[in-house]
Amino acid sequence: MRYLPLTPDDRAQMLGVIGAPDIDALFAHVPAAARRRELFDLPLHAGEMEVERELAGLAALNRAAGAGPFFCGAGAYRHHVPATVDHVIQRSEFLTSYTPYQPEIAQGTLQVLFEFQTQVAALTGLDVANASMYDGSSACAEAVMMAQRVTRREKAILSGGVHPHYAAVTQTIAHAEGMEIVRQPAAIDAEAAVIAAIDAETACVVVQTPNVFGVVTDVSRIAEAAHAAGALLIVVTTEAVSFGLLKSPGQMGADIAVAEGQSIGNALNYGGPYVGLFACREKFVRQMPGRLCGETVDAEGRRGYVLTLSTREQHIRRDKATSNICTNSGLCALAFTIHMTLLGGAGLQQLARLNHSRARELKAAVEGAGLQVLTPRFFNEIAVRTKGPATALVEKLAGEGILAGVPYARLDPHAGLDDVLLVAATETTTSDDIAALAAALNAG
Amino acid sequence: MQTIGRPTRPDSDAAAGGFASLTGGRGLVQSEPLIFELGGWNKTGVDLEPPAQDAADLDGLTRDELALPGLSEPETMRHYVRLSQLNHAIDLALYPLGSCTMKHNPRLNEKAARMAGFADLHPLQPVSTTQGALALMDRLAHWLKTLTGMPAVALSPKAGAHGELCGLLCIKAAHEAAGQGHRKVVLVPTSAHGTNPATAAFVGYTVTEIAQTADGRVDLADLEAKLGPDVAAIMVTNPNTCGLFERDIVEISRLTHAAGAYFYCDGANFNAIVGRVKPGDLGVDAMHINLHKTFSTPHGGGGPGAGPVVLSQALAPFAPAPWLVSGPEGLALVEEARGEAAQAFGRMCAFQGQMGMFVRAYAYMRSHGADGLRQVAEDAVLNANYIKARLSDVMSPAFPEGPCMHEALFDDAWLEGTGVTTLDFAKAMIDEGFHPMTMYFPLVVHGAMLIEPTETESRRELDRFCEALRALAATAKLGEVERFKGAPFLAPLRRLDETLAARKPKLAWRPEPGTVAPAPLAAE
Repeated sequence: MRYLPLTPDDRAQMLGVIGAPDIDALFAHVPAAARRRELFDLPLHAGEMEVERELAGLAALNRAAGAGPFFCGAGAYRHHVPATVDHVIQRSEFLTSYTPYQPEIAQGTLQVLFEFQTQVAALTGLDVANASMYDGSSACAEAVMMAQRVTRREKAILSGGVHPHYAAVTQTIAHAEGMEIVRQPAAIDAEAAVIAAIDAETACVVVQTPNVFGVVTDVSRIAEAAHAAGALLIVVTTEAVSFGLLKSPGQMGADIAVAEGQSIGNALNYGGPYVGLFACREKFVRQMPGRLCGETVDAEGRRGYVLTLSTREQHIRRDKATSNICTNSGLCALAFTIHMTLLGGAGLQQLARLNHSRARELKAAVEGAGLQVLTPRFFNEIAVRTKGPATALVEKLAGEGILAGVPYARLDPHAGLDDVLLVAATETTTSDDIAALAAALNAG
Repeated sequence: MQTIGRPTRPDSDAAAGGFASLTGGRGLVQSEPLIFELGGWNKTGVDLEPPAQDAADLDGLTRDELALPGLSEPETMRHYVRLSQLNHAIDLALYPLGSCTMKHNPRLNEKAARMAGFADLHPLQPVSTTQGALALMDRLAHWLKTLTGMPAVALSPKAGAHGELCGLLCIKAAHEAAGQGHRKVVLVPTSAHGTNPATAAFVGYTVTEIAQTADGRVDLADLEAKLGPDVAAIMVTNPNTCGLFERDIVEISRLTHAAGAYFYCDGANFNAIVGRVKPGDLGVDAMHINLHKTFSTPHGGGGPGAGPVVLSQALAPFAPAPWLVSGPEGLALVEEARGEAAQAFGRMCAFQGQMGMFVRAYAYMRSHGADGLRQVAEDAVLNANYIKARLSDVMSPAFPEGPCMHEALFDDAWLEGTGVTTLDFAKAMIDEGFHPMTMYFPLVVHGAMLIEPTETESRRELDRFCEALRALAATAKLGEVERFKGAPFLAPLRRLDETLAARKPKLAWRPEPGTVAPAPLAAE
């Protein structure tokens, strides 16, 4: 077995050093009834070539996004990731190291996290960011619970424009902790209804921009209303590239910003691993979930970085911790940081403008095909009214080699929006792709 | 000003044999500033075509500036490669963090996860276009269920603690469905991972600790006394955090079930028993499996992990969406609480979970097979017992009687009177080229040192490690305290001031006061 260095001789000699007659003696504390003598009913070991062949066979059964015209978004976006990113994250020192609990021999990871936190704070327009969460959806749930700790109130209002998976995760997790989650009905312009729902029991308002229908909203007024009632505003963003073009959550008055960072540096990966971004105002830092990396000095006065404020965390505080999160998304955060460093602020701005430009082209093409576009102001994704159920249309076009987008009903089957299709364009979308979609829609 | 690696005190080079470089670096280990100090405020390392259309339709909702530096590709490469060289890694040397299972990460797994059919696949594509991905998830589920002897598995949790949360939410849902929602207490041994009580509290449960016996196991009498009609579940790690198998595990599970509670097993240490013991045989109701521990997906400097949860028949109906099901047109996903998944307690994350980790873990399992996985457990346990045997005459094992499982636990009794603490000893290991072991955990052992070598260490590396620790132990006992108190001397940095970091948290780079803030490049 190629991954196991011990030889039969090694094993025999080591048992001798231990003073055990055989390997079974080392499992003596396992109750006899639970000691399985037989090999389990699974295939035996296989060579690298054989395993690779099986996996390549499975991969070939999937239609990769890059295999043809592709317009899926709804919380995960296909962007071009520079080759440098994937090379660096596969370096042994990053890939095969643990959480940096020994800072003297983990400055590489720690400095990256410090850069990551600084980048995320700048993108979201807030003061501080943590060292990442599992993904955008879990970050959203954690933000709601953080608002409960800050305000000591129990109610969270979720706009109907929040991604339904995010709402479901928040409902599941924050509700388990005892919070009341008020989820407003799904609507293209759902944000308009948020302010009226805020009351004196409201801990936080959760608004997404661009929302799940692609609508870009100025949330400043919602921020004012929330603050007037003593509540926090949480702004969710599922497309991190939009930070390059749109007003930042912090600029519009958000207290906490959470986002899915997959778009920058990370592949689609069929849903994971991704990287959750989490930023807030400085005064709330001690209520934040997750790991934080901070600057300090070593015994000789040299600048260095450590994980800090760990008295909030589970390994110190146990049942009093601000979150149970332990492992986060370190390597995905590294990928994000490297891609962001290659882009720089100017590069991200240009990338975001390119995405928006593609989406404008897409909108014109869809309208040209006789379909109504429902999204008034968008970044790189639009909601389109289809003539029949969007799910059937997507299946039909998939048969023709076009992945036309995500039917809203797949995310939220009970909203009565069966004829709404979410269609996204990025810098990877070509004019030919858009023309192919328009032609297929025309024919359909 | 960039100060990393630059001595600020004249005696700072004493440890390196009295020699200091003029630039602050040390040979191949470069001193590297932050990206914000590299002057990239008007640069980018990405060539993009100009947008064909403007953003005039956005009604003034655009941002004016974004002050972040960019670097060209060669500068970016050098910056991050230099930083990488400041890290210890499993590919460099034994990484004996107890409970963390730092084992070799096969590169075939990386290659497979990057196949376009897996990596370039959108989570919401029609399932008719993702049958290979669903088949892989189905095969992974089959292996996990077979290895654990459990009938169901929820794949979506994104890490071990997330899996704990998933398991406890299943338990909570099952109690509520049975009219037992008043059960609010979770029993947790004092030796538990911090995530266990944190998770229980997160779900709204009250945590009560169970005492431990002198030989490092759950105190059955104390458990029995604390089990009652208010108890929802117990959370027990097995093998436990002392590196010992819970000998009375069957009785623990019987008592728990008799009291109407569920048995949550923390599967962080499954590495020690995979292929030899099925947790289902022990009466477990829910157990998360850290794919990044037992099944070798890389730790990546702190994630991403993956924490699928295997479930008993009693808990299976409550597993969160999405469910993977077989239908007339192949595999499909039930993405909300309906149909087969009508009782699903909710959803743990957007989409399907850590597909990239599923591919890696499955490649690892297929490579080992039933025979190789059994050997994994045997070699992991053999290696830990070998270390225990080779160090027991110079260090004090916390539980000298009988074998340990996959990790060897020592206390600090042997350091008494030397003036050296567990922390000092661990930091001195860094100078010898090893990562420290897990320290001061489990909490029940004074000055704990928890050593987990894993099965992927050769005898030669184990001997190298044991010789280093023996030499250090001898030095400590000879009274060479300075070697320990000041350690590490040879790492890129000396001990860091963690108190300072926490007292005045500086969590992001900002321009130094008095300097002109960098002018960002104007957008086109």
